[in-house]
Amino acid sequence: MAQRSAGVASKIARAWSRLEAVRKGIVQLVAIGLVIGVALTLVALLFQWLPTSASEEFDRIQAIYWFATVISIVIFSLVGAVVVFSVWKWRVPLDDDADGPPIHGHTGLEIAWTAVPALLVIALGIFSTIVLARNGEAGDNPMEVEALGQQFAWKFTYGDYDDLESGELVLPVGQEVRFTMRSVDVIHSFWVPNFGQKMDAVPGIETEILVTPKRLGEFAVVCTELCGLGHATMRAKARVVEQAEFDAWVEEQQA
Amino acid sequence: MTTTAHDERHELYPEHFEPPRSPTWKLFFGPGLVRGAWMGLLFFGLGTLLVLGLRWWWSWTPVWNTEVVLAVAAMTAAPIGFLAGIGSFDYWLYYFSGRPTRPEDHSGHGARTWKDYFRVNTDHKVIGVQYLVTTFVFFTIAGLMAMFFRAELAKPGLQFVDSQTFNGLVSVHATLMIFLFIIPAFAGLANFAVPLMLGAPDMAFPRLNALSFWLLPIAGVMFVASFLAPGGAFGAGWTGYAPLSEGQPLGQTFFNMGVQWAGASSIMTALNFLVTIITMRAPGMTFWRMPLLVWANFTTSLLVVIATPFIAGSQFFVMFDRILHTDFFVPEGGGYVLGYQHIFWFYSHPAVYIMMLPGFGIVSEVISSMSRKPIFGYRLMALSLVGILVLGFSVWAHHMFVAGMADWLRVPMMITTLLIAVPTGIKVFSWTATLWRGRIHLTTPMLFALGFVTMFVIGGLSGIYLGSVPIDIAASDTYFIVAHIHYVLFGGSVFTIFAGVYYWFPKMTGRMYNERLGKLHFWLTFVSFNATFFPMHYVGLRGMPRRVFDYDEAFGDMNFFISIASFVLGASFVVFVYNVVVSWTRGEIADPNPWRANTLEWQVSSPPPIFNFDEIPQVVGGPYEYGVPGARHAVMSPAKEAEEVHA
Repeated sequence: MAQRSAGVASKIARAWSRLEAVRKGIVQLVAIGLVIGVALTLVALLFQWLPTSASEEFDRIQAIYWFATVISIVIFSLVGAVVVFSVWKWRVPLDDDADGPPIHGHTGLEIAWTAVPALLVIALGIFSTIVLARNGEAGDNPMEVEALGQQFAWKFTYGDYDDLESGELVLPVGQEVRFTMRSVDVIHSFWVPNFGQKMDAVPGIETEILVTPKRLGEFAVVCTELCGLGHATMRAKARVVEQAEFDAWVEEQQA
Repeated sequence: MTTTAHDERHELYPEHFEPPRSPTWKLFFGPGLVRGAWMGLLFFGLGTLLVLGLRWWWSWTPVWNTEVVLAVAAMTAAPIGFLAGIGSFDYWLYYFSGRPTRPEDHSGHGARTWKDYFRVNTDHKVIGVQYLVTTFVFFTIAGLMAMFFRAELAKPGLQFVDSQTFNGLVSVHATLMIFLFIIPAFAGLANFAVPLMLGAPDMAFPRLNALSFWLLPIAGVMFVASFLAPGGAFGAGWTGYAPLSEGQPLGQTFFNMGVQWAGASSIMTALNFLVTIITMRAPGMTFWRMPLLVWANFTTSLLVVIATPFIAGSQFFVMFDRILHTDFFVPEGGGYVLGYQHIFWFYSHPAVYIMMLPGFGIVSEVISSMSRKPIFGYRLMALSLVGILVLGFSVWAHHMFVAGMADWLRVPMMITTLLIAVPTGIKVFSWTATLWRGRIHLTTPMLFALGFVTMFVIGGLSGIYLGSVPIDIAASDTYFIVAHIHYVLFGGSVFTIFAGVYYWFPKMTGRMYNERLGKLHFWLTFVSFNATFFPMHYVGLRGMPRRVFDYDEAFGDMNFFISIASFVLGASFVVFVYNVVVSWTRGEIADPNPWRANTLEWQVSSPPPIFNFDEIPQVVGGPYEYGVPGARHAVMSPAKEAEEVHA
C-alpha cells in the first residue's frame, strides 16, 4: 500500500516537474518575445520615422501607419522569439545523430495561423479603404492648382486666380486643394513628404490628388519618379501661409 | 572538378562516328568557343549587310543607322552565330539536314576536366555548376556597381560620376541582380538538385537545358556592354518606364534585347522543369511525396512560362517605338503610357515570386534536415506555394497605386496583395514550428536559412505597409521601397541562395566547405546587411526619393553610414569566394550524405554518377520522415531488375 502510494506520488511529482519545465519554457519564450517587442517599440517611438504631418490627409495615413506598425511588432516578436528560443533550447552539437520527434503538423494550429493573419490583413484592408475614400473625397470648394511636370522643374498654375503661374507652391492653410497633374515629356511624380499625398504626372493623361494643408511652414516638393538626368534636382519649395498672406502673394504675383 | 568516370556506352554505335579530323580542324571547325567567336563575327557581318542592303534598296537615309545595326546584327544575329558556333544547335541541325544523329551519344555529357565546363554540356549537374559560377560572376560585377554608387551617395551632390553614369549604374545593378543573378542562380541550384531529387537520370530535354544556359551570358554581356554604347548605359531604371526609356541613348537597346535573351533562357528552363517534374519522377514518387524544392520549382516554372512573355513584349514595344517609330507608348501618336506599366508589372510582379519561391523550397529542405524533424504541415506548405502562384497574378497593379491608373483597381489589388500575406505567413509559421523541439544543427546553411526567415519577415511586413494604398501613396518611389526590395531580395532570395550553395556544396564538388569561414561569412553578411538596408526605411519615409544622385543635406549622415555599411557587406562576400575556391580545390573529402538527409540526391555518391542513379530508386514514403521509426523515402533496386520491371 505504502509502496503504491509512493509510486503515485512519484508519478505526480514527475508530471508536475514536466509541467514545471513546460511552464518555465513558456515563461522564457514570452520573455524573449517581450524583449524583442519592447526593443522594437522603442525603435519605433524614439526615432521620428515620419515627417511632421502638415495635411489632414497625412494625419489619416499616419493612423494606418501606426496600426500596421503594431501588427508588425507583434508578428516579428513572435517569429523572432520562436527562432531564438528554439536555437537556444534545442541546439545540439554537429556530430549529434539523434532525430527530433516526428511531428507532422497540427490542424488546429494551421487553421489558426491561416485565419488570424487573414483577419488582420482584412482589417488593415478595410481601414485603408476607408482612409483612401476619405482622402479622395473632395469637399465643396477645393482650390484648383495644376502641377505641370517637365524636365526638370515644376510649374504650378492657379486656375482660380486667372491662371497665375508660379515655380513656388504657395497654399493657404486650411484650404482644400485639388492638384491636377500633367506632364509635357516623361513621367514625374509630385510629392511633398509632409503632405503624405503623392501622384504621378503622366504624359497624355490627367491625374489628381487632394491635399488640405493644416500647418504653416516651408516644405519640400520633390519628384519621386525617375525622369532623366536632372531627376535628383527636380525639387521646389512649398509654403503654407495664412489666407491673408496668400491673398497678398497672389496680388503681388499678378501685379 | 570531374563529376564522373568515362562512359563507354556511345561506343556501341561506331558506324555513326564522323571521319577522323586533325586537331587544328577540330579547333576551328569543331563545336567550341573558337568556332563560337568566328561564327559570332560572321553572323554580325551578315546581319550588318542585311540591314545596310535593305536600307540602301529602299533608299532610306542615312543608310547607316547605329541603333538598327546594333539591334539586328549585334544583338540578334551575332548571338545566334555564337550559339551555333559553340555547338548548341549541332544535334538539331544534323536532324534537320537528314544526317545521322546519335540519340545514345553521351559524349556531351558530364565533366572529366575543367575544360568540360566551358563547352555545351548536356549534363544537368554540369549545367547547374555552369549557372552558379556564371551568376556569381555577375553578382560580383553588380555588387561592385552598387559599391560604386554608394560611394557617390556617401555625400550629397555629385562626387565621382555624372548623372547619366549614375542612372546607368543603378539600372544595370538592378538588372544584373535580377536577370543574371537571382533568377538564374535559383535555376542553377534547381538544375543540379531537382533531377536528383526526382530520381531521374537528367532533365527531360538535356540539349535544351544546355541552350538555356548559354543564352544567359549573352544577356549578361549585353547589359554590361551597354556602358560602352555612345551616350552611356541604359538609365531609365530596371523598370525602364516609357516614355523615359524611349528617349534614352543607345544603351536602352541593350536592355531591350538583353531582356529577350535572359527571358528566353528562363522560359526554356521552366518548360524543361515542368516536363521533367511531370514525366520523370521515379517509380512511387507521387506529387505528395515530392520534396518541397521540387514543388517550389514546379510553381515557379508555371509563373515563368505564363508571365515572362509579357516583359519580352513590353521591351519589344519600347524598341519598336524607338526603331520602327511605332506609337505603343507615345501619347502624341495615340499611345497609352500606362500600358507599359501594366504589361511590365504583369511579368515583374510574378517575377518577385519567381525570385522567392525557389528560396522557400531551399529553406524547407535545409530547416527540415538540420532540425531533424519532418517539415511542419507538408501539404499546406505545398498548397501555399500554389496559393501564391495563383494570387501572384492578381496583384501587379499594386506597383501603380500612384501611377494614375483606373481608380477602381486600387482597392481590389490592395486586398489581393494583403491576402498574399496569408500563404506566406503559413510558410513562415510552419518553418518556425519545424524548429520547435527539433535537434537543431546550426551549420552555415541553417544559419542562412534562419537569417532568411527573420529577414524575410521584415521584408514581408514592410510589404504589408506598402500593400495598404494610403501608406503606399506616401512611401512609394522612396528609399522605403529600396529598403523593402532589398529585405525581400537580399534578406530573402540571396540568403536562400547562399543557404543552397552551402547545403549542396558537398554534393556538387565532393568536398566540404570550411564551416568556420561559412559562419564568419554569415555573421558579417547578416550584420552589415541590416546596417545597410534598415536605415533606408527611415530616410525613405522622411522624404528621400529613390534613384537620386543628390539629396537633401539632412540625409547626409545617414547616407554616409549606409555607404560604410554597404562596403562591409561587399567585403563579406570575399570570405565566401575564398571559402568556395579553397574548399573546392583542397577541401576535406565529403561524405555522400553529410546532413543525413532523406531526399534522393543524398543517397548517391558525391559527386553523383554520370546518370545519377546506378540503381533505380523506388520511392516508398515522404521526403522528410525524420524521427519516424523505420520510415524510408526510397529503396534502391538494382538497375537491371528495374529495367525489366519497367520494360
